[in-house]
Amino acid sequence: MRTAFIKALTHVAASDPRITLVVGDLGYSVIEEFARRFPRQFVNAGVAEQNMTGLAAGMALAGRRVFTYSIGNFPTLRCLEQVRNDVCYHGAAVTIVTVGGGFAYGALGASHHATEDIAIMRTLPRMTVVAPGDPVEAGHATYALAEAGGPAYLRLGKAGEPVVHDGPIAFEIGRAITVRGGSDLTLITTGGMLHNVVRARDALATTHRVQARVLSMHSIKPIDREAILAAASETGAIVTVEEHSVIGGLGGAVSEVLAESGVGIPFRRIGIPSAFDTVVGSQEYLRGRHGLTVEGLVPAIEGLLLGARR
Amino acid sequence: MTTTTEDIRGLARRIRAHSLRMTHSARSSHIGGALSMADLLAALYGRVLRVDAGRPNWPERDRFVLSKGHACASLYATLAETGFIPVETLSTFYTDGTTLAGHVTTGAAGVEVSTGSLGHGLPLACGMALALARDESPSRVFALLSDGECDEGSTWEAALFGGHHQLTNLIAIIDYNKIQSLGHVADVMALEPFGAKWSAFGWAVAEIDGHDIDAIVRTLETVPLEQHKPTCVIAHTVKGRGVSFMEGLLTYHYKPPSDDELARALDELEGR
Repeated sequence: MRTAFIKALTHVAASDPRITLVVGDLGYSVIEEFARRFPRQFVNAGVAEQNMTGLAAGMALAGRRVFTYSIGNFPTLRCLEQVRNDVCYHGAAVTIVTVGGGFAYGALGASHHATEDIAIMRTLPRMTVVAPGDPVEAGHATYALAEAGGPAYLRLGKAGEPVVHDGPIAFEIGRAITVRGGSDLTLITTGGMLHNVVRARDALATTHRVQARVLSMHSIKPIDREAILAAASETGAIVTVEEHSVIGGLGGAVSEVLAESGVGIPFRRIGIPSAFDTVVGSQEYLRGRHGLTVEGLVPAIEGLLLGARR
Repeated sequence: MTTTTEDIRGLARRIRAHSLRMTHSARSSHIGGALSMADLLAALYGRVLRVDAGRPNWPERDRFVLSKGHACASLYATLAETGFIPVETLSTFYTDGTTLAGHVTTGAAGVEVSTGSLGHGLPLACGMALALARDESPSRVFALLSDGECDEGSTWEAALFGGHHQLTNLIAIIDYNKIQSLGHVADVMALEPFGAKWSAFGWAVAEIDGHDIDAIVRTLETVPLEQHKPTCVIAHTVKGRGVSFMEGLLTYHYKPPSDDELARALDELEGR
């Protein structure tokens, strides 16, 4: 995803001198070409995220469109007040870009697990929150956010995520993408979980003759209420799947829409409980510990359907 | 535009009088820090800053960032006295529905950034200065900081950044009134050797009497003090300056002037 991001940003920067990339001394093997081609549009702010975010807002107030870039929790939680006061309160054209959403840096430990970021960023006024499902969505999201200006949060995976969309997609902030059609239930996911969710969906179709709709909810804020309510009425059950805390993220946002709409349907949030892992490992290993692999998703979804039929 | 030293002194007196009336009617805190920076504001807006009240968003204007946002009464007063906002709006300070928030907010024309939490101003100013310099703008960025917010790590992150990037269009002014929220700076978190710290971070440093109008103007009109360096002006000031019974007292970081204190303060300012 980071490759798709930097490719898109490089493309936009070539024709828009306002586009500026500010990194927190991270991005080895990712940002070098951008820095070389656009020295007046690049800043390495060093290992100092509070200053990085404040200066990004200051540059935006002086006319730039700034993308800050770092790992998961550093440009978000470390400098949360700068994000709130300097970026959001001023409506500054700053997009915060993180790599390592969820357990992408699984073996590096809890400091590098970005598992509450969506919930926290989504509460901030004026903030748009986007977590693309694959590299194709990541490229589109970058173009869309460069156009929109910010404040925004773009949550990426890392590198080498599989491409889920094999054809062109219609990408619009605030509009979910229907990745698979179906009428038995709907799986709503965000970020890099899309691949596992699609695989789980296809497994359910083959082995259980369950046709699940899959929505890639790349925009958590604004969220696509219409797609959620259509899924509720047309498929009768919803499961949200996210590589993020079950508190306040995608599942929280979807449940808010459902609860306020008055529709009562079988609903389940699959994600990370509000707890730290005491062991570490690869991204897939940690996903597996929380039921976020195909092997965990299939029985959980089955269980919800069985419960609903009882 | 105000030009003579006496004009600037007059502006400073009016700024102080407004600030006292505002904090009195609002029953609000921070009059001490509003008074300590009044001469700096008068010199900046009366003489130094290239700003135009008729065109507050003029692209080539100098930017002024008030990082010690809690002391905003005297900035609002300055903006009113220099034509950015109507003088009448000052009486709305702290009242229901006002845009004159108790920490400086962009709701008032001429306010570049909203602050309030400490340690935010210098990073914002660094970003403005860097973008303006790269876009070859003649604009300069002046950030006014409190001494207390030099406890904040973010201030020093920005100090490192400004020095490293040789932001000659950036001027940090520190209202060094030596009193922070719970006591004397020297007792709470000593900053000395203060000038040497900024100097070590790559800044050209001047230490001046922050109530000597001529010294303020002379220093700020010669920035950058050194080529390839941002400027740090450490302005030695007195908390509550201009009202004898408020000077040097922590109390007036919190206590608004009473009716009697307001009357006495205004008498004193007007030389009665």
